[in-house]
Amino acid sequence: MSDAIETSGLVKTFRDTRALDGVDLRIRQGSVFGLLGPNGAGKTTTIRILATLLKPDAGTATVLGHDVVRDARIVRQKVSLTGQYASVDEDLTGHENLVLMGRLLGLSWRSARERAVELLEAFGLAEAAGRQVQTYSGGMRRRIDIAASLVAIPEILFLDEPTTGLDPRSRNQVWELVRRIADGGTTVLLTTQNLDEADRLAERLAVIDHGRVIAEGTSRDLKASVGSSALHVRLATADQRTRAAELVSRVLGDGVLPVTDPTSLTARLANPAQAAAVLTALTGDSVDVAEFSVGNPSLDEVFFALTGRAAAPEAKP
Amino acid sequence: MTTDVLPAGERTHQLLAMRARPRPASALSAVATLAWRAMLKIKHVPFQLFDVTVMPIMFTLLFTYIFGGALAGSPREYIQYLLPGVLVQTIVFITVYTGMGLNTDIHKGLYDRFRSLPMWQPAPLFGALAGDLFRYSVASALILIVGLILGFRPQGGVVGVLLAVALVMTFCFALSWCWIIIGMLVRTPESVMTTSFIFLMPLTFASNIFVELSTMPGWLQAVVGRNPVTYLANASRGLMHGTAVWTDVAWVLVASAAIVLVASPVAMRMYRKER
Repeated sequence: MSDAIETSGLVKTFRDTRALDGVDLRIRQGSVFGLLGPNGAGKTTTIRILATLLKPDAGTATVLGHDVVRDARIVRQKVSLTGQYASVDEDLTGHENLVLMGRLLGLSWRSARERAVELLEAFGLAEAAGRQVQTYSGGMRRRIDIAASLVAIPEILFLDEPTTGLDPRSRNQVWELVRRIADGGTTVLLTTQNLDEADRLAERLAVIDHGRVIAEGTSRDLKASVGSSALHVRLATADQRTRAAELVSRVLGDGVLPVTDPTSLTARLANPAQAAAVLTALTGDSVDVAEFSVGNPSLDEVFFALTGRAAAPEAKP
Repeated sequence: MTTDVLPAGERTHQLLAMRARPRPASALSAVATLAWRAMLKIKHVPFQLFDVTVMPIMFTLLFTYIFGGALAGSPREYIQYLLPGVLVQTIVFITVYTGMGLNTDIHKGLYDRFRSLPMWQPAPLFGALAGDLFRYSVASALILIVGLILGFRPQGGVVGVLLAVALVMTFCFALSWCWIIIGMLVRTPESVMTTSFIFLMPLTFASNIFVELSTMPGWLQAVVGRNPVTYLANASRGLMHGTAVWTDVAWVLVASAAIVLVASPVAMRMYRKER
């Protein structure tokens, strides 16, 4: 069985920005794979190349063994893309949009209508089927958008930031959908800026930064390199920060991460139990702690652990 | 937290189970489907027919009664000259919508979806053009009806009128390719409109749509006489009144073919190219 996706040395330059600078990926079939990175890292560009919308300047990419440039048409027969912005016709109703997709994918009018009704029902959109998509809420739009990619189930589904901008309830619904789609046998490649999301959905992750894959593995691998959790301390005043940082790094050995907020400290914790020791050290030295919490490492923290610098958000192209 | 989408169970699993995809739609069926989409848009946003209906009626009424007496002796005489011209002008104007619609689709991400489908890639362009032909027909029918009410009497009969409409549509189909290019070049639908009208205004007004060539100064006659819209207006007037000069018709066809030959490969190339 060939890999679902294999890329080697993908390079793509837009005017003077090098969006991709040698991306190597290998994604096996039947999995959910997460592409994690900040804005402008090259996630969308990678997906657009794989969906045959862009041609790489250098390097190769194959989807199920077919070259995305040479065999673009075969690749299109096997993939679906749900872009970052709702890529359905907002003037049309939900039902009409799905029938449109069905017809373009080669279904008869009758099968296209039946398929549209089935999907709308299953996606909780039956009541909104006859309404124009522009009247839909953010979560409903996302769902109709994903449904449009499933009118004919693809072998590979690309989801570009499927939950960005959604409220927690809609986000959970999308997560549930992604799991069900993967259960059906479709390989899902999704991009996200959210480590938690990647952790929940994807068996394997690649972290991408400045057009390069800087880490790849299971989310457990990744967390092992970052520390399983992160400690967040907020101080009552900024002038105690240097002192507090010294104390924290003395207790933890190392692991204090840079943050822009002058009253905050973040540190990697190999073991959450160390938090107690840190708190004792801080209060023992009469550092005025306003907030103290242990949580999952954020994308920033992963980035710092991997690159030694903060993830610099870049403007969207 | 529970989710209420996707009821659990075998049916849902069946619905999402991977299976062989159908054979992709043929080029013709893809174009027909996308033309159907254009019809649906008209159904949902009838306002977009406003320009196609109200504008030509206004033009016909205003020009007939305001200029009619001065230009041709009486409104009734003038409308025999004017009406075919208003038809040309209206349809030439609304070709801009092809570019605007394309621009909207590109920026909404819809074209990314279309381009990632296993269909004949230029189908969305031809689908949009096919939808436009429907709008052109609606506009033509309306103008002719208003004209007939106001006293327009085409001597060329039904056949002459239909030939004239067909000729106008042929030219406008060709012209649309230019706005498709502009639709891909600029950022917003509004700029498509603005940019296109920089070309359209002189193209329609520096023609003999409203007044005879012979009333213009010599240097202007040289310019206006070479405008393809002048040939188009002459040819459709001739066809409607049964006095067509075949060279006019031929020149319109040559101009249409030339525009398509130059603009459509550029447009298709740009369309296939990434953005």
